[in-house]
Amino acid sequence: MPKPEVEIVVEDPGAPADDSPALTSSRTVDIAVSIVLLGFALLLAFDNWRTGISWDSTGPQAGYFPFYLAVILATACLYGLCKELLARRQRAETFVTRAQFWRVIQVFVPTLLFCLLMQWLGLYVASFLLVAGFMIFVGRIAAWKAVLTAAVFSLAMFVTFDIAFDVIMPKGPLEALFGH
Amino acid sequence: MEAFGLLMYGFSVLLTWKILALMMVGLVLGIFVGVLPGLGGPNGVAILLPLTFTMDPTSAIVMLSCIYWGALFGGAITSILFNIPGEAWSVATTFDGYPMAQQGKAAEALTAAFTSSFIGSLVAVLLITFLAPGIASFALKFGPPEFFAVYLLTFCSFVGLGREEKHKTIISMALGLLLASVGMDTVSAQLRMTFGWSELFRGINFLVAVIGLFGISEILLTMEERLALRGHAAKISLRVVLKVWKELPRYWATLLRSSVIGCWLGITPGGAIAASFMGYNLAKRFSKDQDSFGKGRIEGVFAPETAAHASGTSALLPMLALGIPGSGTAAILLGGLMVWGLNPGPLLFVEHKGFVWGLIASMYLGNVVGLILVLTTVPLFAAVLRVPFAAIAPMIVVSCAIGAFAI
Repeated sequence: MPKPEVEIVVEDPGAPADDSPALTSSRTVDIAVSIVLLGFALLLAFDNWRTGISWDSTGPQAGYFPFYLAVILATACLYGLCKELLARRQRAETFVTRAQFWRVIQVFVPTLLFCLLMQWLGLYVASFLLVAGFMIFVGRIAAWKAVLTAAVFSLAMFVTFDIAFDVIMPKGPLEALFGH
Repeated sequence: MEAFGLLMYGFSVLLTWKILALMMVGLVLGIFVGVLPGLGGPNGVAILLPLTFTMDPTSAIVMLSCIYWGALFGGAITSILFNIPGEAWSVATTFDGYPMAQQGKAAEALTAAFTSSFIGSLVAVLLITFLAPGIASFALKFGPPEFFAVYLLTFCSFVGLGREEKHKTIISMALGLLLASVGMDTVSAQLRMTFGWSELFRGINFLVAVIGLFGISEILLTMEERLALRGHAAKISLRVVLKVWKELPRYWATLLRSSVIGCWLGITPGGAIAASFMGYNLAKRFSKDQDSFGKGRIEGVFAPETAAHASGTSALLPMLALGIPGSGTAAILLGGLMVWGLNPGPLLFVEHKGFVWGLIASMYLGNVVGLILVLTTVPLFAAVLRVPFAAIAPMIVVSCAIGAFAI
């Protein structure tokens, strides 16, 4: 049987390095998330207690069910917290390395900006900027390719959703210019 | 025999040009979703859900379920050709599928994967056809206490059968139920947990949560990986297909075993991932020649693929019959049902016969069409991987945003 040669090769120049130092361990993240959720649970429990957690003539009050959910949530968080803090042998698993975290930030921050820009520019213009910007600055793809891809993509989305399917998206000044 | 007549009725609902066209669109989109990194069954369905909001429920569910079948088929392509499982449930397929591709038998491996996927889902669909109506008519007798018991059992089995630490499963469930109860209490019409914020009066939409949790998080997770790949291109010829099909009867025991495992784990919340590994391990244990597994044995492709598909399909059974999702994708389809104005649960079988049997008939048809489609177009979809992730990632983000606003 002849060996087939490799035919499809895709490189990933910005890939996170394997030897990148760990940013945090899974243990730290577990503890932090447990504390945040514990706070959240207490806040919700308090709000539901204010709404009313007892039974009246019509049955359970509005806060009854969510109050006990919050109690369960808080208990599970406390359990997780104690388990991690009291564990004899500390787990050294890496949650995320520095290089990986940088890559995640590269997607997360543009996504956040996209959401903010959408408020003023409308969804379609913001998505053009996101796709083009991301391809140029993160993907290091030639500018004309990026701009073309982004324009075709945003236009296709506009035609599909706004014109063909009648799903209304937030719009901004550019769409207003064309009377949409 | 009643089920057979109803199934024929289902096919009659299905056989219009519009629905058949949507089916093809769904399958192609699904295979794309399965092949691309950073997208998979549940999040693909979640992101593409808004496309269906203006359709009638039957067309919508047919298209969405076809996206799901497509994604299941697509996952196998990257596992075998590039040793990259597009989906967690295709990990076990790489064990023997990639060595086969290295030995120049990529076409055989792909044919084996697609065929066994088809067999797995066929068994599961047969199970749904004959079992779901019975369960649903039994469930029609259920009152609130019975439903409470069924849900309690479901939640307990999430905790008991999950692979995660138990307290984390409990945290997720409590958090989910809390998010769902934000807004107006349906009994007393009193507001709760809104903190005076008017945006929260109507509660937190299930689909918005799902798009965020499945769509955005998956991209962030994918970015952590190295996305470079090298692999083999493959073309499937009719000769190879017939050769693999001729060998099929020899592996009947493996196929049957994997189908049973898949169906069982699909109905209980074990899921396709567990099913594929279990199918593979059992095939290995029962084999006379254990050492040849992992070195390109065709049985090692049959076993996990059959189990994964049987499980992915049978996860829809509890959703249809009881209104309980058996998998992440089933949960999203369930959210879709509510958007289209249908009430999931046993009443569907009585009130929306066309919808339910159309969906079940589409599982048969979608899998047949899907099998033919993937067998003929593999080289095309493998080439999709040449598209850089830097172009795909922002497009997925935009699709998520559109999905969230469409609701």
